[in-house]
Amino acid sequence: MNDLWHPLLPVLLLPLLGSLVLALMGQRDKAPEVNALFCLLTFLGACDLTRQVIANGPSSAWDHSFFLDSLNVFLVSLTAFVALTTALFSRAYMRVERDHGRMTPNRLRLYHSMYQLFSFTMLVALTTNNMGILWVSMEAATLTTVLLVSLYRTPASLEAAWKYFILCGVGIAQALFGTVLLYMAAEKIIPPDGGALLWTQLNAVKGALDPDIMTLAFAFLFIGYGTKVGLVPLHNWLPDAHAEGPTPVSAVLSGLLLNVALYALLRCKILTDGALHSSLASQLLMGFGLLSVVTAAFFLSRQKDVKRLFAYSSIEHMGLITFAFGMGGAVANFAGLLHMTVHSLIKSSIFFAVGHATQRAGTQVMEDIRGLLQISPTLGWGLILGSFAILGMPPFGVFASEFLIVTTAMRDHAWATPFLLLALGVAFAAIFGRIQPMVFGSTTLPTLRHPPALIPVFVHLAAGLCLGLYIPPALEQWYQQSARLLGG
Amino acid sequence: MSALIAQFINLLAALLLMLSFAMLAQRRILTLIHLFTLQGITLVLSTTVVGYVTSQPHLYYSALLTLLLKVLLIPALLYRVIDRLRVRREVETLINIPTIMLLGILLVMLAFYLAQPLSQMSSSVARGTLGIALACVLLSFMTMITRSKALPQVIAFLSMENGLFFAATSATYGMPMVVELGIALDVLVGILILGVFLFHIREQFDSLDMSNLEQLRDE
Repeated sequence: MNDLWHPLLPVLLLPLLGSLVLALMGQRDKAPEVNALFCLLTFLGACDLTRQVIANGPSSAWDHSFFLDSLNVFLVSLTAFVALTTALFSRAYMRVERDHGRMTPNRLRLYHSMYQLFSFTMLVALTTNNMGILWVSMEAATLTTVLLVSLYRTPASLEAAWKYFILCGVGIAQALFGTVLLYMAAEKIIPPDGGALLWTQLNAVKGALDPDIMTLAFAFLFIGYGTKVGLVPLHNWLPDAHAEGPTPVSAVLSGLLLNVALYALLRCKILTDGALHSSLASQLLMGFGLLSVVTAAFFLSRQKDVKRLFAYSSIEHMGLITFAFGMGGAVANFAGLLHMTVHSLIKSSIFFAVGHATQRAGTQVMEDIRGLLQISPTLGWGLILGSFAILGMPPFGVFASEFLIVTTAMRDHAWATPFLLLALGVAFAAIFGRIQPMVFGSTTLPTLRHPPALIPVFVHLAAGLCLGLYIPPALEQWYQQSARLLGG
Repeated sequence: MSALIAQFINLLAALLLMLSFAMLAQRRILTLIHLFTLQGITLVLSTTVVGYVTSQPHLYYSALLTLLLKVLLIPALLYRVIDRLRVRREVETLINIPTIMLLGILLVMLAFYLAQPLSQMSSSVARGTLGIALACVLLSFMTMITRSKALPQVIAFLSMENGLFFAATSATYGMPMVVELGIALDVLVGILILGVFLFHIREQFDSLDMSNLEQLRDE
């Protein structure tokens, strides 16, 4: 496999190229279309890659620097898909922002270029085999999104971006220390130049890694990547960053970056489980996952800003997924993966709808947004259906995965079930109680000149609905393979 | 011979720790930058020595990279920033320096306690130094928490990265080159972004005092 050509090549090269092209192209009218085009090409590349991995099984590329198995290729295609639909949404969204004077040509150029670079860093983080490069690309993803969050240069967005930078920077520095310790443990077993940081190598010898070092290493990796997942008590950056950045950025932060951070954590968990022969990693994941679910659910009812509301809902759902992976076992892992997929799809579709609604209202304060159904039925229905879906109403996919998670918890960890059910109930009351008056009732909002891009909203909702009713056998097999890989 | 060199590395490690302590208590921004540069020089020396003892040529490159980045480029950038922001002479009020120092000592003890079982197993020449590296990271962390101004926070952040780098060379024979290059790139881009941020923050808030940045919170 030393050939230069590999189906992974276009998936990584296209976003990088896109970021260069868009940086050079600058403020042309066609920049949003070019951005979407690059995302489309990347998505097609990702589809081709997925097809090959399904057909031929796991593979590695370029001297084992990158590798692909069912776990990461599924996230690669999800990432490419959501990046594409978000790019389509942001065409309409950014046109309005430009008319409002919030986006200058220079900011648009920075936005498009950083959007592609952000996709690139996430795809590298997902496909790299090297734990060091994984850290480097996670940090790079932080840097690009810091620029995206501070795009409007308002005091609030600067504050959010600064907080995001410092908290995630410090957090992820702990992950680097964890990576150093991991390397230290590996070096004793794997000979020099044997690729002691390559995940496949580490996975092969994980039983022989020193348990003392691995315990400490996992603690640091958990703090580091856990900060990026947004686990309580390291979640403070998340609501601010989601609320103050442009809405397409909130959509990709929630839908994609949190997943990628969790993916990094899962890779570390697989190694730690193998080395420790104990359930330390699982217990950490379960404990902090549950804490995040409960804390976020109670914070939901105190929110006034609609984007903060859904940011807290993201913390809740990431906590739930972390809890599921902490429980481990075939069913819980399956549910975790399914929940990751549907949460990405539904949450980004909600942010699309919220983005248009806040643009219309000129505010993010929920009390000032009323009667969305009256001004645009599709927008109103998009938001209300999205909220139902994220709250775990059947027949949407979230219901299926939450049902599996709760039933597994009842069977294996009965003590956790009351907390989970309580949190889900509180979240339902909080979100539904706030979204309902926003959608129904009479309105005072003006109409917009540009038509909203609502197709991505309904595409995502349809996909989420489909996953709740019927999971195609290919996808199911794929989830099961990944669930086996995660073990536990 | 090797005992002497191990002592030398330990000496450099101790020096690094003392510099971290000095940063913890330092109130003047200019002196903070000097201390940061000194930390960089210590890192370059220790990396070179470890590279020499273990005959790992890639450590020389990494020492060179550190020299360029942390001794020359970043301090130069920081000097430019404090000149342009006109905070060269600025002195920060730090309350309770003795308490902070005492807490710092506790952190060092914690770091040594955590690293104790691991340093025995390190395959590298410099065994006792992992605890020191961890202590440096924690001390920089504390420096960050106790500061209210933006620039000292940034310098403390960079100093934390120094501690991590020292951990990589003392506990192992340094990370693979590609990873080190990646980390260096991230640090460089990070400091550039932070630099730009400082100007924006100054423009929006008329000061670099981070206590202004507390508008976003849940009521």
